[in-house]
Amino acid sequence: MKKKQSKSSAAERKTEVLTSLRNFGASLYSQMEKGNFPWIKMPSRSIDNIFYSPEFRQYVLGEKTVRRSARNIRHIRPFSQLVWAAYFAQELVRHRKTSTLRDVYYSAQAYDVPFKDQPESNSIITDLETVAGFSREECNVFPEERSAIFGDLTIEYTVPGYEGKQYNLMSHPDGVMIGPALTSAEFVKTTADKLIAIEKGGLFTRFIEEQVHKKFNSLLVLTAGQAPRATRHFIRRLNKELNLPVYIFTDGDPWGMHIAMVIISGSANAAHLRDLTTPDAKWSGVWATDIVDYKLPSVALTDVDIKRLNELQKDPRYEGELWQREVKKFLKIKRKAEQEAFSRYGLTYIVDKYLPAKLEEAA
Amino acid sequence: MVTFEMISPADFFYRNRDIAGFTNPARAIFSSVRELVENSLDASDQSRVPSEIYIRLSNDGEESSEEADVYKLRVEDNGSGIPPRHIPSAFGQVLFGSKYKLKQARGTFGLGGTMAILYGQITTHKPVDVASSTGTTRIHRYKLMIDIQKNRPVILDSKIQVNKNRWRGTMVEFCLEGDYPRAMAKIVEYLKQTAVVTPYANITFVDPKGRLYKFNRVTSKMPRPPKETLPHPHGVDVETVRRLIQITKCRNMIDFMKTHFHRIGEKISHNFLKFAGIDEKKDPRKLEPDEIVKLVRMMKKFEGFRSPDASCLSPLGEDLLKAGILKELEPEFIAVCQRRPSTYSGHPFILETAIAYGGNVPRKDDIVLYRFANRIPLLYDEASGVSWRIIKSINWRKYKVKPDMPVAIMVHLCSTKVPYKTVGKEFIADRPEVKAEILNGIREVARQLQRFLSKREYREKERRRLAAFSKYLPKIAKFSTELSGKEKEPDIRKLLWSVRKFEEETE
Repeated sequence: MKKKQSKSSAAERKTEVLTSLRNFGASLYSQMEKGNFPWIKMPSRSIDNIFYSPEFRQYVLGEKTVRRSARNIRHIRPFSQLVWAAYFAQELVRHRKTSTLRDVYYSAQAYDVPFKDQPESNSIITDLETVAGFSREECNVFPEERSAIFGDLTIEYTVPGYEGKQYNLMSHPDGVMIGPALTSAEFVKTTADKLIAIEKGGLFTRFIEEQVHKKFNSLLVLTAGQAPRATRHFIRRLNKELNLPVYIFTDGDPWGMHIAMVIISGSANAAHLRDLTTPDAKWSGVWATDIVDYKLPSVALTDVDIKRLNELQKDPRYEGELWQREVKKFLKIKRKAEQEAFSRYGLTYIVDKYLPAKLEEAA
Repeated sequence: MVTFEMISPADFFYRNRDIAGFTNPARAIFSSVRELVENSLDASDQSRVPSEIYIRLSNDGEESSEEADVYKLRVEDNGSGIPPRHIPSAFGQVLFGSKYKLKQARGTFGLGGTMAILYGQITTHKPVDVASSTGTTRIHRYKLMIDIQKNRPVILDSKIQVNKNRWRGTMVEFCLEGDYPRAMAKIVEYLKQTAVVTPYANITFVDPKGRLYKFNRVTSKMPRPPKETLPHPHGVDVETVRRLIQITKCRNMIDFMKTHFHRIGEKISHNFLKFAGIDEKKDPRKLEPDEIVKLVRMMKKFEGFRSPDASCLSPLGEDLLKAGILKELEPEFIAVCQRRPSTYSGHPFILETAIAYGGNVPRKDDIVLYRFANRIPLLYDEASGVSWRIIKSINWRKYKVKPDMPVAIMVHLCSTKVPYKTVGKEFIADRPEVKAEILNGIREVARQLQRFLSKREYREKERRRLAAFSKYLPKIAKFSTELSGKEKEPDIRKLLWSVRKFEEETE
């Protein structure tokens, strides 16, 4: 049985977030105290300032910065909204409350710093992430959750009312939702030695039924399509803190491929953030090669699929040999297949034959 | 077999009443009101007394056809009055009038008033009632009809009354067929626009339903009256010269030119005759027909004449135009402009323009245009007029005018000869000289509107800017204080003050 790696990584993070927010406020405060208009400098998130960093194996922001000043009539409103958002985040973290992007939009009205619409509100939250250097989830602002985890992992809650309470993630056969309570929990212990991430709910349930967690000594994570940022961060923590290798199973098409890639190397939209990626995670299937090798029932690629593949081929994150090979293969066979296609060989084939083969191949 | 006959002027207009604006019952009633009101206004301009005009239109009841009712129209004024001996002809004879002289007047043909009476007579077969006094001890009353075939008044009855109050003016009353419900909007609009260009007039109108419309004067100042003038050599034709030759007392060409034409002295007369190759000593009475034609042609060609002076014109003037617009439209902003006198084909003209914004200016999807010529409103065929086409050719965005803004433009053309395109006096033709003046006049006032709009836009922007700072800076201060855990909020009064100061500097 493995011991938890860091004593209290979630609590530490919380302190860091609070410090960062306080420093942000203090710097504005001292600017005003000196009789100056408060201003901030932050990295620009415009397209021409987003670069792929081979070192971090993710997108990062370049040198360009933008200056926002309360002196500027065009900035004063978004500036106030940003300071308010920081204040709001501080309140949330301090009182251990969570909220959603929609909540943020409405809450602003109570403080008379209303947002024009949801996109404006979302963009201010992204500004806050950029300035503070933390993702909104760490500021307790969450999107709608839909991903889940199952397996032998004992966690200890830190959310109000559950502090110190321990819970084993095998306790519920449908899996446990990866929500604010779970992502802020500390890892206590696990018997698992790997993590398998699955794109679709059907297969996630099949894996639990077929005891994949036992047979392969694994934690199972349902990404439910593109993995939410909280889930990506959570996978990273499991990988880093518990040293669990990560294997990702998606549909055999450009979109499934990219779900895996975002878990591994992140997205351009999150270039201002770190700690959302798991660079060592592996995409284990379904590959284009698998469609051929396993003679999977497949359908023809659409024009949109082909266009997407051409884009991916040029994407710096796809430079790796495996990725280039599979993209080319897809383009060559012009077919795609879903994870469920393995049911053609019986419901358990994927667990009995395919999964062991792929895990062996990856290891 | 072809038969030939001669018809009288009255007969001619009886047969062609369309060209004088009596096309249909609605138009006829509008034209009747308009012609009589214009005669009244001219009459009071002559007597230099601020106009009092009373118009009453009442249902005559008894007969009415499908599309038209019979109305009784009465128009009363405090004008100069008509000398008794002229009264029958002034109302009972077409093309008899006092307005054939070379000076600006509303009417020009001596046709309109009589035409209205003629129309009344042919639709109702009733006589016209006229009373007039030039302010003597007597009032002369006539009951008249027109002998259309002979173009002669037929006096049915005449009376002389004692003028106890020394009333001066004219009253006309007659019956006519018309369609008031359909003409109502135009008549009211006509009177309203008349009130704009005649701010010194009291106009009262009682309509057939007993509704009272009153347009009150805001000033007793009247525009300078026009002086009668000699014809400008650029504007005369062969017939004019022929008539002059018949009456002239001059015995040589030098004197002839100096005496009968506008702004010609010894030197110009000499230069011109040399240019035209006409003997200075020639007796004008002995000019041969081909010499007259040559003289007229040379007069048109010669460029050494002085341009006509504008004393024969009577523009409203910037102050009166402003007063008229302010009273009828109560705009937020107004700019008026009187252009310097100019000429086309030897006819002097002066152009006046105004622009009004906001207040009671109607908010249409376009600019509202008010057209005036010799102080009468032009209401029909707006799109055919030169002014409208000029307005359409202007890039209004340059002047910060947006289509939904309440903007009205007035164009007033004064001339001894307004270049109407039709007899109906409805719209002005495209004369390059006139067109250029209209364009420049509109531009001039539009520039002033632009300055007003820019200033207002700037002030509004400034107000919003300050409001934003005073709303948001305190919030930044408050939230920063909370974030940093400080107890006292930073003092931002100086910052707020500095934005204000900035505003003062830029103003």
